[in-house]
Amino acid sequence: MTLLEVENLAVHFGGIKAVDGVSFGVDKGEIFTIIGPNGAGKSTIFNLVSRIYQPTSGRIRFEGKDITGLPAHRIAGLGIARTFQNIELFDMATVLDNMMLGRHAHRRTGPFAHLFFGPATRAEELAHRRKIEEVIDFLDLQHYRDQMIANLPYGVRKVVELGRALCTEPKILLLDEPSSGLNVEETEDMSFWISDIKNILGITVIMVEHDMNLVNEVSDRVLALNYGRVIATGTPAEVQAHPEVIRAYLGGDDTETEAA
Amino acid sequence: MRFLFKTDYAQDTRLFPFGGTKRFWSGLALYAAILVALAHYAPVALTSTHWLGLAIVYAVAFGAVLLRQNADGEGGHAAFWYGLLGVAALSAPFVLDLYFLSQITFVYVYAIAGVGLILLLGMCGQISLGHAAFMACGAYTAALLQAQGFDLLVTLPAAILLSALLGVVIGLPALRMTGIYLAFATYAFAFIVEEVLARWDGLTGGNMGFVLSDPSILGYTFDSEQKMYYLAMVLFALTLLAGLNIRRSSTGRAFMAIRDSETAAEAMGVNLAVYKTTAFAISAGMAGLAGAVYAHLLFFISPEGFTILLSINLLVLAVIGGLASMHGAIFGAAFIVVLPQLISLTKDSLPPVVGQLPGLESGIFGLVIILFVILEPMGLHGRWMKIKTYFQLFPLYKRGTFRRQKSYMVSEKNR
Repeated sequence: MTLLEVENLAVHFGGIKAVDGVSFGVDKGEIFTIIGPNGAGKSTIFNLVSRIYQPTSGRIRFEGKDITGLPAHRIAGLGIARTFQNIELFDMATVLDNMMLGRHAHRRTGPFAHLFFGPATRAEELAHRRKIEEVIDFLDLQHYRDQMIANLPYGVRKVVELGRALCTEPKILLLDEPSSGLNVEETEDMSFWISDIKNILGITVIMVEHDMNLVNEVSDRVLALNYGRVIATGTPAEVQAHPEVIRAYLGGDDTETEAA
Repeated sequence: MRFLFKTDYAQDTRLFPFGGTKRFWSGLALYAAILVALAHYAPVALTSTHWLGLAIVYAVAFGAVLLRQNADGEGGHAAFWYGLLGVAALSAPFVLDLYFLSQITFVYVYAIAGVGLILLLGMCGQISLGHAAFMACGAYTAALLQAQGFDLLVTLPAAILLSALLGVVIGLPALRMTGIYLAFATYAFAFIVEEVLARWDGLTGGNMGFVLSDPSILGYTFDSEQKMYYLAMVLFALTLLAGLNIRRSSTGRAFMAIRDSETAAEAMGVNLAVYKTTAFAISAGMAGLAGAVYAHLLFFISPEGFTILLSINLLVLAVIGGLASMHGAIFGAAFIVVLPQLISLTKDSLPPVVGQLPGLESGIFGLVIILFVILEPMGLHGRWMKIKTYFQLFPLYKRGTFRRQKSYMVSEKNR
């Protein structure tokens, strides 16, 4: 079953066609990876799906519903969560606060009720608190609960951001370069978590990634992008062997590729 | 042991995270009841020594109960000290003379507005130079309604609501502006309000001002300094409670999210437009409440009382008190009430060339705020935290403990 469907998506910034007629479908329960050289439009696709950018043309459908016209703050409530390439955490708040923000889309009470913090608000806070504790256990973040983000090392921040996205109880998770800036060991942990997110939590994952080991280890399908266009889709092995992909990464013109 | 084991989740939603809360509230309530009973039924006139003695007896008893109760855990100390502070605040009218009492009343009033401004500036990251306008709105609403014969039960909520509405209106530019531009937009708005108050003399009395009478609730009139002190204290406590409630609920977290990263806030489902206007509304409502009490304290209001200088004073309050915590409001309020007094006290002992200098007060205010921004960006509350940490860690404190790390790359492109 197709969970997320992108159809002829294009966005132009002035004369630059950052994404130029991209179509793909992501099935429920798979890990779908987007690869491509720098500036290929990978993160731009994420920003289009999470509605930060307005597409020039094309449609995005989630669970059969057209979400192309929705404002960005409605996306989390639908079940699409994301992380950012350069970590966008709330630096002057604690890990708990950051994760509780992941529960924002699930709140039932409004600001007026919060002024008085009555029994309903308290019960809701506790329910959310219990939920995020599950994520804290899942990602082994127990040590950091009360720490401020600004005091945490980069690797931990990366995990906290993943945790915050999981707290929204997403159906689909967009991971923008989950391993960037991590050391070998942390990348390995990340790869286990991504597999667990699929296998244990049953969440569909789309990720943008450069580390081909990680891509091979976890992805079910890979899409290669260059200059805003799809150049190949298939299993990780198929895509890596594709001549267009090799040319995009290693350069060279047609004759050279054929000779190789 | 919290870093190892899961603890009671309820503690994360409490005002005092580490226990002692019930004892604290019941103890304070008991003390207040004893005060009221003695004040009404004491056969002989009690002197301040009696009150002080009662407070000390109470504090010792309360502290013993609380500390024993939490002998095994981390807690109780915060509740104990707050309890002692509560006792001191409750007994102040019986111990202090009228001048000091009225000064503390003003501290409470400024602190009410300060809580609102810290909520807006410190928590949500939106600046406002228009808070004098909200205070003016609250003050005039209360004054005009009182002239119609309504009591505080009507005038105060009306002052809060109308100011909050005004806050929504001024919050709308905040959706498109940040930083200095927002400061200017709110400043312009405050100027308009000031001008309207001066020109609409049919309603407001114009520059001649407007005279108020003693406020009352259901026939009970607040006709003495002591009664006004308690009124301001209770309203400040309620405002502080509301502020802390916002802070520990999803609304407060949404504010912090907007302050730290608008992009991520949106990705988490925070509606920027709604929450920015909410922040302005709540903040303006609190300023409106402060304005209403301010008007009753002064008995006389005129547009000159609500100029840009008041807005700047409130900003000074928030910055010097400390934006990171609600505690900053009371520190900052005490500062802006005490400093002008100190300046006028020392004026006479200074050489006349300096002492009679026009604008001496504004100059010192400006100098102090510059020094604070450079040397103590976290304000008086931050300084207090540092002193506390120094003693907690005693031989191990390092100078760099509170130095902020350089943040990792934050993408600016999506802002």
